[in-house]
Amino acid sequence: MAEQPKTDSPAAPLERIPFMQRVLDNPFLLLFAGVVVPAVIYILWGVMEISQIPLVK
Amino acid sequence: MTTAVAETGMIGALATKFRICPATGLRVDLAAERLIKANAVAAVVFLAIGGGFGLLVALTRWPAVHLLSSDLFYLALTAHGLDVLLMWIIFFEMAVLYFASAVILSSRIAAPRWGWVGFVLMIVGALMTNVAVLQGDSSVMFTSYVPMQARPHFYLGLILFAVGALIGCFIFLGTLVIAKEEKTYEGSIPLVTFGALTACIIAVFTIASGAIILIPTFLWSVGYIGHIDSLMYKLVWWAMGHSSQQINVSAHVAIWYLIAAVTVGAKPLSEKVSRTAFLLYILFLQLAAAHHMLVEPGLSSEWKIVNTSYMMYLAVLGSMIHGMTVPGSIEAAQRKSGFTRGVFEWLRKAPWGNPAFAGMFLSLVMFGFLGGISGVVLGTEQLNIMMHNTLYVPGHFHATVVAGTTLAFMAVTYLVVPLIFQREIVWPKLAKIQPYLFGIGASGISLFMMGAGTLGVARRHWDITFPALDVTLPYGYSPAASLMMGLNGLSAILAATGGVLYVAIVVASILFGKKVDASNAVAALGPMPKKVVHDAVAKYGDAGTWHLPGTYVLVGLFFTTFILYYFVNWKYLSELWPMQ
Amino acid sequence: MAIHPPQSRVWWKEPIAKAELVWIGVAFLWGLIMFFMMIYWHIYGQQNLSTQVGRIDPAVFEQRTNDFAEKFKVREEGDTGIPVVKPPAGGDAYMLARTYEWWPVLELEKGKSYKLHISSLDLQHGFSLQPINMNIQVHPGLEHVVTITPTEAGIYGVVCNEYCGLGHHVMTGRIYVVDSGQGG
Ligand code: HEM
Ligand SMILES: [Cu+2]
Ligand SMILES: [Cu+2]
Repeated sequence: MAEQPKTDSPAAPLERIPFMQRVLDNPFLLLFAGVVVPAVIYILWGVMEISQIPLVK
Repeated sequence: MTTAVAETGMIGALATKFRICPATGLRVDLAAERLIKANAVAAVVFLAIGGGFGLLVALTRWPAVHLLSSDLFYLALTAHGLDVLLMWIIFFEMAVLYFASAVILSSRIAAPRWGWVGFVLMIVGALMTNVAVLQGDSSVMFTSYVPMQARPHFYLGLILFAVGALIGCFIFLGTLVIAKEEKTYEGSIPLVTFGALTACIIAVFTIASGAIILIPTFLWSVGYIGHIDSLMYKLVWWAMGHSSQQINVSAHVAIWYLIAAVTVGAKPLSEKVSRTAFLLYILFLQLAAAHHMLVEPGLSSEWKIVNTSYMMYLAVLGSMIHGMTVPGSIEAAQRKSGFTRGVFEWLRKAPWGNPAFAGMFLSLVMFGFLGGISGVVLGTEQLNIMMHNTLYVPGHFHATVVAGTTLAFMAVTYLVVPLIFQREIVWPKLAKIQPYLFGIGASGISLFMMGAGTLGVARRHWDITFPALDVTLPYGYSPAASLMMGLNGLSAILAATGGVLYVAIVVASILFGKKVDASNAVAALGPMPKKVVHDAVAKYGDAGTWHLPGTYVLVGLFFTTFILYYFVNWKYLSELWPMQ
Repeated sequence: MAIHPPQSRVWWKEPIAKAELVWIGVAFLWGLIMFFMMIYWHIYGQQNLSTQVGRIDPAVFEQRTNDFAEKFKVREEGDTGIPVVKPPAGGDAYMLARTYEWWPVLELEKGKSYKLHISSLDLQHGFSLQPINMNIQVHPGLEHVVTITPTEAGIYGVVCNEYCGLGHHVMTGRIYVVDSGQGG
């Protein structure tokens, strides 16, 4: 690669990666969230409403 | 060709062949490269076909021309929607996914054989659906709302196409895993790859929704299922239909960052902010499928408001962040390169003669100003009453998916041809004007269709003059509507010219372009501002990077337009008949 | 660059420039304003889509529309044979959609409210009232009851703006609005 990322100086103990950065570095966790959120808020909620439309007297 | 082909030992039996890209130093897996080429070529072919149908449609909707008969018009409109919105965009996105994983991470691609299986499925599916449409009894529009019925192979083709695309998504994810295991990069994936990951995640949801609805619909068309509820169909169909537009948004934002990086050496201003903006996309962007359900009977206002606002406009927040950080990173890079005079020297001296940069910047501006603002207005629950199913809707999405996504994809092609096909762009002078032609044409069709929509003109409508001979209860739109449709036709000719030029340049470059090697690799990427490509901009997050007056002005202008247009529409709404 | 991994290993802790934070704050607030604008309009605005909806057998809806037309018919529309129906002010009105017509023609009084029942007998259609540009989706099997109050006398067109087949562009209807106490 043209430009290697510089890691922090090797002597210092490596700093712990913050929680949010670990979340953003985890593609499968993101995949899970990205499928579940719309599946619940949009599809599931919507399907429930449509199936509960009352009959006209 | 002087490209070094290296064989790596670490992969063992399945020796993967790589070459080193002379322009960027990236290691390119040749198997990935072939897949990228195949998908990109298929994409361009479908753009050519679908764009042709688009021109026919636009010329028919121009009352003075009224080109096609009604049957052919509805056929052409169905084919147009399918070929451009699904085939062109999704084939290209497959190429983007492979590029953003294997190439950018210098990794071997996961399961290239499956990549070919996916590709063949997509081709077969695309052809099958096109055949169904051209046979003439499946003019159901690409939305194919039940209970209107198409021939079974119309749906089957779409299902095969979707399965193929799903395979591509899994290959992308698999390649991320391989690259991480084999340590082809250190730390976190690059921002462009993260944007592609966002697109991939949304694609998985999109395709899953498509399967949930298209498989039963296929079974219904062959008679195994008796009834499909029209509202239920529409709800789930749009979880596919609209989410697939969100794949486009994520993909073209990633491409904006990519082109800014390659042409002016821009760095993200803040990894944290840009990635958080993508996270907002992952979580909330897909809810906007509700934009199509706002005047539907049978859904509560609570459902409509929460979904149409992407959970309190959090995904719009994401877009507004990218809308600042992309031009901001360009301004920062340009200022570092010495273009510091005044507020806008960085912009004036940007590489406007480079079609990749020009296309990217036009895409950014038009997507934001035309597509973004009109999208939020259209997606406001009550305002939608004045716009639903009028030409305002296609007007809006030609700003997003044509002026935004398509133009960004065209722009990146001017980098993909030298980097992946290893050919120089032929006819550089024509290439230089191509993004302007297409961009102006595309913003014309979107503005004039929006204008006609504001006057009430229906979308997907063969004859807005309602001749008394055919129509029992004729109605006349205001004469301005015909004017809008005429201007729309003229813009369509402009856009189509830009489209033809693009296809011709790409095909000619791939076939006859001068080969690219170490000697001309950087030059082949088009004109750049002086001393850029490897110019290291100071670290992002740097306070020094953040004197960006030009970007503030642009963003301020955008925000003012947004607020004014938004409230003007509420005023129009208040003049409608009261209803509850 | 955006095509390389972030430069520092821990990028989450990098400071965010003030100007960027300001913009994020402004954009977030604007989002909230737009969100609450929709809710505000539900409480104080006059134009909100009714959520009074029920499932109905299309044959039943057709029957009710026929009965309605028979009861309140005031004349016929030219030589088309289509009845022009004038419901009592404040009462129920019916309009059905089928390929390719909106039926019957209605005559309403300005300033009076009507409960308009709309539904489709076959496919989806789009109720597009012109030139005021009010658009509502119509589904088969779903009856939607919308209370409307015409504000100006005139002849209004109903255009179908959901593609409903090869005759979609000939599918029109009509609503007359007359000053109170007139017409008939
Ligand atoms: C030469 C360029 C293009 C022209 C002149 C053009 C023109 C048009 C016109 C006039 C309509 C008809 C609107 C209506 O009657 O309802 C339309 C519909 C549409 N266009 Fe395009 N368009 C172009 C390119 C594109 C591209 C590149 C895309 C997608 C990436 C696209 C996506 C669509 C879609 C999805 C529809 C809606 C089809 C439907 O209602 O079923 N168009 N276009
Ligand atoms: Cu219709
Ligand atoms: Cu129709």
